[in-house]
Amino acid sequence: MQNLDILIEQALSELNRTSDPVELEQVKARYLGKGGAITELLKGLGKLDPDARKAAGAAINRAKDAVESSLAERREAIQAAILEKQLAEEALDVTLPGRGQETGGIHPVTRTLERVQAIFHSIGFSSVSGPEIETDFFNFTALNIPEDHPARAMHDTFYVDAEHLLRTHTSPIQIHYMLENAPPVKIIAPGRVYRVDSDATHSPMFHQIEGLWVDEEVNFTHLKGVVSDFLQRFFEREQLKVRFRPSFFPFTEPSAEIDMGCVFCDGDGCRVCSHTGWLEVGGCGMVHPNVLKHVGWDSEKHLGFAFGMGLDRLAMLKYGVNDLRLFFSNDLRFLKQFN
Amino acid sequence: MKLSENWLRTFANPDISRDELAHRLTMCGIEVEAIEPVAPPFDKVVVAQVLSVEKHPDADRLNVCRVDAGLPEPLQIVCGAPNVFAGAIVPCALEGATLPAINIRAAKVRGVMSYGMLCSGKELGIESDIDGLLILPQDAPVGADFRNYWDLEDHVFDLKLTPNRADCLSILGVAREISAMTGTPVVRPQLSPVEADCSDALEIAVESPKSCPLYLGRVVKGVDLSIPTPQWMQRRLARCGIRPRNIAVDVTNYVMLELGQPMHAYDLAKIGDMIVVRFANEGENILLLNGEEIALSRKQLLIANRSGPIALAGIMGGEGSSVTDATCDIFLEAAFFDPSTMAKARVPNLSTDASYRFERGVDFGTTESAMDYATRLILSACGGKAGPIAQFKAKLPARDPIDLRLSRAKRILGIDLSPDAASSLLQRLGYEFSLKDEVFSVVPPSCRFDIRIEEDLVEEIARIYGYDKLEGVRPSAAMSMLAAAESSREVSELRKLMVAKGYFEAISYAFVDAAWEADFCANPDPILLRNPIASQMGAMRGSLIGGLVDALAFNLNRKQSRVRMFETGACFFKRDAAYEQREMLAGLCYGSAQPEQWGEAARNVDFFDVKSDVEALFSPLAPEFEPCAHPALHPGRSAGVILEGKRVGVVGELHPKWVQKYDLPKAPVLFEIELEALLKRQVPAFSEISKFPPVKRDIAIVVDEKISARSILEVCRSMQASAKVELFDLYRGQGVESGKKSLAFRITIQDTQKTLLDAEVDVMISQLIEALEKRFDSKLRI
Repeated sequence: MQNLDILIEQALSELNRTSDPVELEQVKARYLGKGGAITELLKGLGKLDPDARKAAGAAINRAKDAVESSLAERREAIQAAILEKQLAEEALDVTLPGRGQETGGIHPVTRTLERVQAIFHSIGFSSVSGPEIETDFFNFTALNIPEDHPARAMHDTFYVDAEHLLRTHTSPIQIHYMLENAPPVKIIAPGRVYRVDSDATHSPMFHQIEGLWVDEEVNFTHLKGVVSDFLQRFFEREQLKVRFRPSFFPFTEPSAEIDMGCVFCDGDGCRVCSHTGWLEVGGCGMVHPNVLKHVGWDSEKHLGFAFGMGLDRLAMLKYGVNDLRLFFSNDLRFLKQFN
Repeated sequence: MKLSENWLRTFANPDISRDELAHRLTMCGIEVEAIEPVAPPFDKVVVAQVLSVEKHPDADRLNVCRVDAGLPEPLQIVCGAPNVFAGAIVPCALEGATLPAINIRAAKVRGVMSYGMLCSGKELGIESDIDGLLILPQDAPVGADFRNYWDLEDHVFDLKLTPNRADCLSILGVAREISAMTGTPVVRPQLSPVEADCSDALEIAVESPKSCPLYLGRVVKGVDLSIPTPQWMQRRLARCGIRPRNIAVDVTNYVMLELGQPMHAYDLAKIGDMIVVRFANEGENILLLNGEEIALSRKQLLIANRSGPIALAGIMGGEGSSVTDATCDIFLEAAFFDPSTMAKARVPNLSTDASYRFERGVDFGTTESAMDYATRLILSACGGKAGPIAQFKAKLPARDPIDLRLSRAKRILGIDLSPDAASSLLQRLGYEFSLKDEVFSVVPPSCRFDIRIEEDLVEEIARIYGYDKLEGVRPSAAMSMLAAAESSREVSELRKLMVAKGYFEAISYAFVDAAWEADFCANPDPILLRNPIASQMGAMRGSLIGGLVDALAFNLNRKQSRVRMFETGACFFKRDAAYEQREMLAGLCYGSAQPEQWGEAARNVDFFDVKSDVEALFSPLAPEFEPCAHPALHPGRSAGVILEGKRVGVVGELHPKWVQKYDLPKAPVLFEIELEALLKRQVPAFSEISKFPPVKRDIAIVVDEKISARSILEVCRSMQASAKVELFDLYRGQGVESGKKSLAFRITIQDTQKTLLDAEVDVMISQLIEALEKRFDSKLRI
């Protein structure tokens, strides 16, 4: 059986020398194929006597097993090497930039609007809208601003014709909504508003958001609670100070101006807050009985509060924008900062 | 309104600091916007008298003065002011003084020692425009500290008053507020009647008692108006922003500032013997004190004499009746004009201190004392003899009692308030009231025109109680859910989609150049504003396209080469007598289809890129696109977007005319769609998933160029069991006759009932090919 040992050694050596899968199969054929050396040995067993056949058979089968297992091992190693090579060849420079469309961006005022809406929606306010070309009645009269009221001088109004104007505030939306619905109401009304005014801090078109809650027992402390809560959530400052100052709006009584602690200097005083530590952010008050009267509601039964804030102003304060006019410039270098 | 703090404190002087006083005023509704010192800091400046003036030996324009500054020895001071004279009393900065711009040291000036400086108002920072020494009155105490003497330790409060608080347009009014807040009493000036020294009086006729229910007039004879107004009065006026003129005018302004009652002084010689208060007639004119001649209308209330108008009542006097230094007899007027008459009589661009107050309401309870006070001030300053007050009086505004229910106040404010606490608040406000069963009956004072209903009183109580003391409370309420219909969606979803597609959101003005309306909307008759802020912002937009094209030009000028923007907003249309306002969504793409990147050939954005974005906006709804004519767009490269048979928008390239006119290097592709159509959403409905395998077949046909892809797709889609038809190739060129095009479709066929046999599919496809041939004269391309 010395030949057998030599044969095995030769087969294993050939297998180990091979690194090509085709060559490997050829080696396999030379030893284990139909006319292979080991196959031939097995075929020769028939010529031996039974005793010798048994011993030789066992030896040959062991040799066959050894070659087969070595073959399998080698086959796997070769596959692994091939895969390794393929992977190495296919490797990318993953630091190259990705391809395709970029994403755009939402305007900072809209971004602010959506955030304000989300906050108010969370306590059950729904959003409503109204026309921008308004009638004198909705913009003024129904809001308790009669013809010769000095408050009309505060609104430098754009007129379209004798009866129509560009709304100077979002408050007329309240009137539309109350005329079409029954109490209780709990709404916010955002929109564009227009005033004849243009400089670094005034734009002839800007954005407001109006809130209105009318029910049977809504009072001034609730107004203060809701407005304070909103500002604290919006600016994400639990400790943000909010103060109400007596003021005047024809459609609310009592009325208040809303100030909040300056978010730039934390109330210490800086240029933005004119060194007062406070920033004016809006107006509010309890709905004037005449407004309820105009929509046919009973002011003895129903009480409500209303508030209005400038969305552009909120956006300026939130993102530190220092010039209102940037919002209406459509300058991509500005807009791209908000994607 | 500007007020001197020191003047204010002569009326109400609580023991609190300036800042605290300003804060308290702000918190009770009288906003103090700014506090400015009347003079910058400086020291060691005294009142001094120039004893002698000699020419400087070496300088033409300089003088060497000996000055008594109250020190044991006179000082030698070199002075360059042209108005210096021996005997002049002036402010003098001593050695070591720190002035706003310089420090004073003893120094040689052109070889002569100078031990101080004689000062101008400018050098002290108290007057900005007057050069030359500040000449002080002859009775100024030499040696006294100038800051004290000139009352410079004063500050000006700049008040921002709301239009309802006409009662606070005076020192007295603000003092009342301070008193209500702090409990400090108000100290009023001596306001007792002046005894008549002569009997001269004018006849007063008021034709419209409703517009002028109170008119007081008084003749003062023999006054000397050449006498300068006392310095203290000039100073107070100047600090409150009123330029001193002459004693008669200054006194009327002084009384107005102090008591809130506007007054007017006429030259008696120029008006005759009678005053008529009447409305103007058409065609009448008046030349006003400011030199402007205005044409009057029937709305204007006049003060007239027998021959014509002498003043615009409550607004401004006429030039023809004005007082001058030479005037020796004057007629003083103090009246109450009805606020609503005054508001209607407003003259554009002419708001005076008087009209501002009359429009808002002047305290008719003070009118008579104001007259006496002004008379007293004039008599003491420039002599003369006062006549009796001639008076017209009709029905003054009523001050009816208003019921204030404590329960209502508590309900509105959300606080607990005892009757005693409420009484004390009303008392502090100076209201007359009575209390019965927790209901106050309150009579508002004559100075308050804004207290009309119960709620007004509730605010008054809250104001003095302190808004700061009202706690914020989170409300409890019945909760109901807000659920939007699934068949609609929010605009925010569309915005997110646009952003994902690379668009930036724009916000443009809704008023545009009327030319845009003509160009982009072919609208020669847009909605115009009567008072636009600028002529190119005069028309209400009928399309968002103009704003986007403008934004494109703006950004191209700033070196942006690729622009993708969108906007949502209202557009405006005339509909008979009314205005229709429709929300639109528009987009614009310009430059390369993709951002600049490696591995992709750069290519300009085209119609189909943008059409795909429009399709994505509608998806899963699939609108149709058909050629359309739109004024803004290229007629061969634009499509109407049709949903449910209705055109809801357009998409296309900007018309070459406008590309040229608006100076764009290339044409942008635009779209504009009605928002309402985009907000509709299909609620999904389940349909059975076929258990049988789909079969895909590709066919390519050659058809005439004129045949639209849509019409072929419609035929393909109408075939039995076709689950999906996709156009995957469009080819023109070699192998295809000119004037024709080859279109290749992949058709997916699937039956829900059985597995289709190849033979069956073959039949279906050949039937389709036949149908296409018949309809479009197409050839199968092999």
